[in-house]
Amino acid sequence: MARPHPNGPKPAQITAGRIGLYAFLFVAALFFLLPLYTMIVTSLKTMDEIRLGHIFALPEAPDFSAWVTAWSGACMGTVCVGIRIGFWNSVAITVPSVALSVFIGAVNGYALSLWRPRGASVLFGLLMAGGLIPYQIFLYPMVRAMANISLYNSLAGIILVHVIFGLPLVTLLFRNYFVSVPEELCKAARVDGAGFWRIFFEIMLPMAVPMIVVVSMLQFTGIWNDFLLGLVFAGRDNLPMTVQLNNIVNTTMGERTYNVNMAATILTAIVPLAVYFLSGRWFVRGITAGAVKG
Amino acid sequence: MQSAVSIKDLKIAYGGHTVIEKMSIDIAPQEFLVLLGPSGCGKSTLLNAIAGLQDITAGEIWISGKNVTWEEPKDRGIGMVFQSYALYPRMSVRKNLSFGLRVAGLPKAEIETRVARTAALLHLDKLLDRRPAELSGGQRQRVAIGRALVREVDVFLFDEPLSNLDAKLRNELRVEIKKLHHGLGNTMIYVTHDQVEALTLADRIAIMRDGVIQQLGSPAEIYHRPANLFVAGFIGAPAMNFVEGRIERASGSPVFVSNGLAVDLSGHSFRALTPEGPATLGFRPEHLVLDGVASGLPVIAGRVSVVEPMGADAVVWFDWAGQSLSLRIMGDVTLQPGDDMAPGLDIAKASLFGSDGSRL
Repeated sequence: MARPHPNGPKPAQITAGRIGLYAFLFVAALFFLLPLYTMIVTSLKTMDEIRLGHIFALPEAPDFSAWVTAWSGACMGTVCVGIRIGFWNSVAITVPSVALSVFIGAVNGYALSLWRPRGASVLFGLLMAGGLIPYQIFLYPMVRAMANISLYNSLAGIILVHVIFGLPLVTLLFRNYFVSVPEELCKAARVDGAGFWRIFFEIMLPMAVPMIVVVSMLQFTGIWNDFLLGLVFAGRDNLPMTVQLNNIVNTTMGERTYNVNMAATILTAIVPLAVYFLSGRWFVRGITAGAVKG
Repeated sequence: MQSAVSIKDLKIAYGGHTVIEKMSIDIAPQEFLVLLGPSGCGKSTLLNAIAGLQDITAGEIWISGKNVTWEEPKDRGIGMVFQSYALYPRMSVRKNLSFGLRVAGLPKAEIETRVARTAALLHLDKLLDRRPAELSGGQRQRVAIGRALVREVDVFLFDEPLSNLDAKLRNELRVEIKKLHHGLGNTMIYVTHDQVEALTLADRIAIMRDGVIQQLGSPAEIYHRPANLFVAGFIGAPAMNFVEGRIERASGSPVFVSNGLAVDLSGHSFRALTPEGPATLGFRPEHLVLDGVASGLPVIAGRVSVVEPMGADAVVWFDWAGQSLSLRIMGDVTLQPGDDMAPGLDIAKASLFGSDGSRL
């Protein structure tokens, strides 16, 4: 067949490979959505229906009572107050931890971006290592240290621990972001009479909004999903949602209420999920940020 | 008369490397001084030191009769414009202009008046509520200039302000800066590596090399009477022609001799007593006259290698004694590569340099 004379826009071509590719992506998406589907469906069934064992079947009549139980009546051992206590504990732990670690990390990163001593690369390598060392190594010394300053098993204690563990990575991210800001911008601000804090709050921080969003999301999901530190440092009254979820799911008394377990799990996971959905646009913008020319 | 800016025995060194060694320079009020030199000659470092953004090793800096050596940039009475514009990206043009005034805590009404006045001067009125990202390069640099003007200070510092702009905008803004200087009458210190900017803008040019001022003088002086070989070669496009030779004395008058060329130097005004010995003769392309025989000037005969028409004038390159020399003629040229030519040298305008490179 003679090739058509090329003229105007190139015609779109649909090949078998393309179709195969999309088919594969579709199947893969279904595969990964299946657990979520099962969880939602199961949480809406009654225990009688669950016992039938059709885990992929839709509920006969959607029943939200498992959700109500999970939120306000599920038992952890002998206490039956639901996961809402854990929810509010997690909020009380996560919000201040994120705010403090992001703010202090931003100040640190800004200061370090201005300060370029000899051996700076070694220092930043150490900082990076600080963000990568497994938490388990720190646990025992950290418990002793917190006990010594009377913060062990307290809300302030668990917040402090999260801030400390978050800082290396947050500082590094902000430092690398601020290093890309042209030096002349700082000089211009100094000629205009601005000092360290004024430059930070009025020029650097507004520029770093995409970075603040990304770092906040990383910190938020990390701290919300934390189990180990919450279990060790928070104390009985401040156990985060993840720990309480575990207590509900692993309770051994009587029948396992799968519908309540599923509902409680979804409730725990929904917060970080919502954060991603609501700020996805900002997340992409922050990750691709580098274009600070202006 | 008191100097606007005075630098006394300034030395700047970091990490064992001396950038500027014992520099002294006085800049008169309302003067437009251009610091010109190749990259790494220390001109930007000097400007940053005047602004107070660069630590100095020794010496003093005086601005408007005040010793500001230890003062913060904001207290020195300067405004500065940077090459990369350095506008605050998250602030509107209005906020950019007023930032320094807000930091200084000026009353709101005063800030508004000053911003309005500056915006009108630089035709920024309609752009006040835009962000820097929504401006073109030329507009951004005008905002940067405005940010310096709004401070209403005596001394403005420019650090290669036009280098990021395209050729057309550069020419437009150059004229605008010159007009501003005429209108405002402030002292301006302007760093550039572009000799056209230097020659067109400056009252005086300081040509720097390796942290040392090679020559400080008016554009005409620098162009017509370069102090040494470096200045002579740096200024002018195409560059000055250099011919190595000797100065000898023949029947009482000095003569420059090189490769069969003998030029009578009695028309040249030497700085001191006529020296003898090895020397370099420097002449610009326009110091050659096309028809040397008819003009009665010393003839440097050669063969045309390249012709570069530039519209208003043309540069003709020809070979003489194994080196390529250039000649500038006005209007259209009929010469072709390969043609023989015999241009004459106007020795009164030429320069002579001794074996140490300095002007004789």
